[in-house]
Amino acid sequence: MSYIKKPKIIRDSDPRNKLGMTFDDYEGVMSTLCAGCGHDSITGAIIQTVFDLNIEPHKMIKLSGIGCSSKTPAYFASQSHGFNSVHGRMPSVATGANAANSELLCIGVSGDGDTLSIGMGQFSHAVRRNLNMLYIIENNGVYGLTKGQFSASADVGSTAKKGAANLQTPIDPCSIAINLGATFVARSFSGDKEQLIPLLKAGLMHRGFAMIDVISPCVTFNDHEGSTKSYLSTRETKREAVYTDYIAPFSEIEVQYEEGSSLEVDLHEGGKVLLRKTDDSFSPLDRSQSINGIKEASDKGEVLTGLLYIDESQPDFTEVENTINGALNSVSYDDLCPGSKALNELLDNYK
Amino acid sequence: MQPTNTKDPQYYHKVVDCQWGCPAHTDVPGYIRHIAQGEYTQAYLLNRESNVFPGILGRVCDRPCEPVCRRVRVEEEPVAICRLKRVAGDLKADFKEHLPPIPKQKNGKRIALIGAGCASLTVANDLLPLGYEIDIFESLPEMGGLIRSNIPKFRLPPEVIDEEFDVIVEQGAKLHLNHPIESMKDLLAEDYDAIFVGTGAPKGRELDLPGRYETDQIFVGIAWLESVAFEHIESVGERVLIIGGGNTAMDCCRTSLRLGGKEVKVLYRGTRDRMKSSDWELEPALEEDVELVLNHSPEEYIIEEGKLVGMKFAVLEWSKDTNGKLKSTKTEEVIIPCDTVILAIGQENSFPWVERDIGLDFDEWEVPLVDPITYESTLSGVFFGGDSAFGPKNIIEAVEHGHQAAISIHKYCHNEPLTDRLPYGMNLVTAKMGIHEWTYSNDYGYENRFEVPTVPMEKRFKDINIEVELGYEPGQFKKEVERCLNCDIQTDFVAELCIECDACIDVCPVNCLMIAENADESELRESIKTPANNLEQALFVSEDLPQTKRVMVKDEDVCIHCGLCAERCPTAAWDMKKFTLEIPYAVDEEKSTHDVKTKQAV
Repeated sequence: MSYIKKPKIIRDSDPRNKLGMTFDDYEGVMSTLCAGCGHDSITGAIIQTVFDLNIEPHKMIKLSGIGCSSKTPAYFASQSHGFNSVHGRMPSVATGANAANSELLCIGVSGDGDTLSIGMGQFSHAVRRNLNMLYIIENNGVYGLTKGQFSASADVGSTAKKGAANLQTPIDPCSIAINLGATFVARSFSGDKEQLIPLLKAGLMHRGFAMIDVISPCVTFNDHEGSTKSYLSTRETKREAVYTDYIAPFSEIEVQYEEGSSLEVDLHEGGKVLLRKTDDSFSPLDRSQSINGIKEASDKGEVLTGLLYIDESQPDFTEVENTINGALNSVSYDDLCPGSKALNELLDNYK
Repeated sequence: MQPTNTKDPQYYHKVVDCQWGCPAHTDVPGYIRHIAQGEYTQAYLLNRESNVFPGILGRVCDRPCEPVCRRVRVEEEPVAICRLKRVAGDLKADFKEHLPPIPKQKNGKRIALIGAGCASLTVANDLLPLGYEIDIFESLPEMGGLIRSNIPKFRLPPEVIDEEFDVIVEQGAKLHLNHPIESMKDLLAEDYDAIFVGTGAPKGRELDLPGRYETDQIFVGIAWLESVAFEHIESVGERVLIIGGGNTAMDCCRTSLRLGGKEVKVLYRGTRDRMKSSDWELEPALEEDVELVLNHSPEEYIIEEGKLVGMKFAVLEWSKDTNGKLKSTKTEEVIIPCDTVILAIGQENSFPWVERDIGLDFDEWEVPLVDPITYESTLSGVFFGGDSAFGPKNIIEAVEHGHQAAISIHKYCHNEPLTDRLPYGMNLVTAKMGIHEWTYSNDYGYENRFEVPTVPMEKRFKDINIEVELGYEPGQFKKEVERCLNCDIQTDFVAELCIECDACIDVCPVNCLMIAENADESELRESIKTPANNLEQALFVSEDLPQTKRVMVKDEDVCIHCGLCAERCPTAAWDMKKFTLEIPYAVDEEKSTHDVKTKQAV
């Protein structure tokens, strides 16, 4: 951490978005993570994303659990709503927030421990519910906050800082999520903002559960030779399955690809994703191809990145549960509390 | 783009805008940091190394450093560099023991310096420690030249000049006051190894309009100021017109107010933006109720019964012709009543004492032909500096001329080629003291520039000797120093250490960093988060980064040297390093020759 605060300097030449806001306006407090942490880079990508999407800060909520990853919501969008929940229990709080105000854009930030170990149950059910949120896993393969023990996402053979190899099979959040019925699954790398930012935008504009597994090297405990989640190793082993671009509403598609090699998917909350395949045998619209693709890449020692699966047609949590659109505080008192007569009528149904 | 060569001292030198802008390349951030730490004597000595007269320059320097100060590109006002220099001058302790020793055994070379101004005294300052014997000839009864005769005492007290000039003379120069040199030929015949001319540009420009010589109430500005300085003139008419728009006009109008002028007007023929006076000289004049009258071109002095009663002006309107050239149209004529007129429309070189048949050539404006690097005239062994070399400039230029001429004189006296000069060097050493601790204060100071306190208006005009500016109070300069952005603490990047984690880019408060595929300069400038549109400022481009072969790019324009990139860098690929420009002086030339000789002997 630094002793000084990041100076606030606004110049005329600083870019401003459609709301007239600068990057500074979407920043949070100074990060207290280790210098060079991948999580800080993801924070930077999120700031760029919400800046580009012209998001009004008060229309967004950021949630997290416990861990290094879960500190990051403090580092962006300090004018937005936020909730730092119990370890692994962020999905429950997110569900509650979503029920109370389905119009809030919801960003959950979690880690490999918070999601795949203590929070595995909650995570699975959030996927099942198709909760309308962007769920980011800052995945570094170790428990950084407790000095670098292997986490559930550590690859077999990956070594700890002092040389011991991990022998247990990793849990792959992308395969699991697709299997559980997630409607938007992607993987990226904190050191590749060009790929990450369009994915974050698309994930935020997707209706339903959008999960992005972001390999985010732990610079202190997992950035050495022998680690499969170091900066260098990730750069060497990642392979982009699908090139993804996010196209904002009412904007032109600038890049033209050969016919048949690219496809577009309209996003429910605005804009669309433009996908370009890099491999004919893989399509992010086909669930079994996605799962096979991830497995085959993993067998070859590769990390498949990009938008791995998308299904924009599924109803989300509020639609399935038939809860109201919008915030509960906008519902009139009479509707919220219809009185004893209505209660009695309801009870009569069960007699 | 090719990777930037940060080994070239001029790259980092240019990042230190104030130092780059200063003709003498004073280490401004260095002395400001000394002041911040209460080391006033060190601050003074660091100044003295390059600009020789910190007390004088801290009051009356033309401060080319301030308009280029990085702070102007971040907020509105530059750091008060000049006035902080005065703090060093005011608060220093006795520094004489820190001056270089003067050898008892002289080197047998005798140098004549003509004119005891800043240029000549700089030459003396540089050559005395090398064992030269120096004679200084001055036509006036006191040293100082222009700063004594033309800068009014309420801006520059004589004691300040005395102190800084005496220090040099006390090192063993022979001073000949009231000793004008009447003939260059005669001087050449004497036994001097080299001659330096630092006689300034002493001739004020005339304005020969009808009526000019029918009264004794029309004065040429710089001659008038000199007469005031030496107390030959002690009063002025109540209604004074100053003709001209430069800094001399400002000195004339403010001086008039102190000699009994009641209604003082400065008249300039153009618009305000074309006036040559510096803002900081014009503003105090306006504050003292001098009236500025623009677009008035003088036409005639009005004399009635042998007495000056007014001046006729053409009122002008300016427009541009088809070629974009400014042209004026006279709209009306006005007569402004007055008792005294002072002409401040420029000054010129004048060398009536230099014979034209000795091989020393002049151009059509009486300016000698002087080599801009060696300062040697067309006559071998005769050197020029200060205003006498290239026409009127300013004090700090004169000091730099003096340094360069001293090097030339030294080389000339030792039969070395004058153009074979030592290059600039640099020292670059890390400013790191702990993980997040630096040898400098890296937190950004949000304060606005502090105004220097002045004597209240009602007390100013009683005596011409009352210095108007009081200098900073400790409470003020201790905050003002924090406004300095420490541009000399360089962001130094080592590409091979970078792991491309983006931490520096994300934390940078002014968005001046980027990792990208290398491209041509215009493309790189456009793709930085806040585009690098200031083409005067360099773009740093690293060697290829090890993991992806992309490059690190930095826009030097508004980096505030907060060091957060280095604090957030996990591998110390970025480090903050203190840059010191090593400026060669005559003494370094001497050492370098000595070293070469020793090597050859071995």
